[in-house]
Amino acid sequence: MKSLLKILRDFPAYLWSGWGALASIFLFIAAWEIGNQVYGDLILPSPLETFQTLGALFGDSEFIENLMITLKRAMVGFGVSLVLGTALGLLAGFFVTASIVSRPIVTILMGMPPIAWIVLAMIWFGMGDATVEFTVIVASLPIVFVGALQGTRTLEDKFEEMADIFKVPKMMKFFDIYLPHIFSYVFPAWVAALGMAWKIVVMAELLATSDGLGAALAMARSQLDTATALAIVVAMVGLLMVAEYIFLEPIKREVEKWRD
Amino acid sequence: MARLKVENLSFSFGYETILDDISFEVNEGEVVSIVGPSGGGKTTLLRLCAGLLDRQEGKIENSFETQSIAFQDPRLLPWKNTLDNISFGLKALGVPTKERDARAREIALQFDLEESDLTKFPKELSGGMSQRVSFARALVTKPKLLFLDEPFSALDIGLKRELQDHVMRLIDKKEITIFFITHDIMEAIRLSDKILLLAPDPGHIVKIFEFDKPQAERNDEYVYAETAKILSDREIIETFELELK
Repeated sequence: MKSLLKILRDFPAYLWSGWGALASIFLFIAAWEIGNQVYGDLILPSPLETFQTLGALFGDSEFIENLMITLKRAMVGFGVSLVLGTALGLLAGFFVTASIVSRPIVTILMGMPPIAWIVLAMIWFGMGDATVEFTVIVASLPIVFVGALQGTRTLEDKFEEMADIFKVPKMMKFFDIYLPHIFSYVFPAWVAALGMAWKIVVMAELLATSDGLGAALAMARSQLDTATALAIVVAMVGLLMVAEYIFLEPIKREVEKWRD
Repeated sequence: MARLKVENLSFSFGYETILDDISFEVNEGEVVSIVGPSGGGKTTLLRLCAGLLDRQEGKIENSFETQSIAFQDPRLLPWKNTLDNISFGLKALGVPTKERDARAREIALQFDLEESDLTKFPKELSGGMSQRVSFARALVTKPKLLFLDEPFSALDIGLKRELQDHVMRLIDKKEITIFFITHDIMEAIRLSDKILLLAPDPGHIVKIFEFDKPQAERNDEYVYAETAKILSDREIIETFELELK
């Protein structure tokens, strides 16, 4: 609770520090404009046209519906990864054997390209929600798992020893010694997994479904509607940036403030 | 009367014997120190007495109600600020937040920490400051028995003296019993009622020096004189492999 208030209190200062980031984004848009002047509207529509199309899209109920479908799939996949990955990672971390056994499996899972999973999922689950959600889970769960595993494995005995001298009760030991340490590993993993989920969901939709942002993107491609395609991309990137920099980054800063 | 009594204690890691047949006693209100060369098993002995290592052979009887420790490294929780680190032991005892903050603040200021240091995280503290925080954490719970593993080693002379004086006031009021490790013979002489000389390979007690003069009456002259006497002791010379000039 106290840290939540602290996050809110620091928020304006944090936003103020965003001018530099904003400037570099505008620089990027300027380069985009040059690209448009060189290659023409069909290859690279101008930023202005793209943002106008984006505005129009947000007034379009079909697009909003697609957006919601995609959001739902991403959240389901990410949610399952978060809960399951954290729980399994912690469990594996507390047992040496489990962590030794699980490591190679996780390496395989992480090394496998998501596109391969999509193909398999299409065969297993057909075209629809399950395929997309499965792919998202398979791609983002290992990230969370490794974060939780690492957090638990790196717990230091010396703090435990110190706590034992003070006869610290079990609950307090968990909240004051284990949790802050583990959380500082798990939270960044959650953020990385969210980014991964968001990228994978669109890719899976593009190949395996007839609705959602990915499908809308596929449609725009087949109609050679570059402006719409770019507008969708901008919407996707924009949403992720808002989630990451408005919500997650301030929390991360508060949580990791004590780190070197 | 509470006491810590060690009888015929032996300890080994694998095939290597660390401690061999150690016996001594720390009675309530006493200050006992261990001196000896590095690698002689001093820390192992302290950890055994504090219950952080499992006893293998021999007996350890510890009848003190409460105990605490200041380690060689400060072991401050990196995610807690100075005040919360100091009050950690109080929290474990279930002392209400307001009271433990007040007690932690009081002892922190006594130890020359600034008000502004109280909200800092350990990464922002210097080595000497961290050690003072660790020391404050050990003392704020008012333990009956205090273990110290070279707690003064990273401090400058002034601060060292100040913390020693603080400890001496507690000793004078008979509020605390201390068992500590030190490298500094003068420090041992200033504070101890008994000094155990621990020789290595394997660790055994060569000699016990006793000092009757109350700590408060030990002035610099006394400390220097006793140090000179001890440094010419045959066992000390052999244990530390000092060369006579």
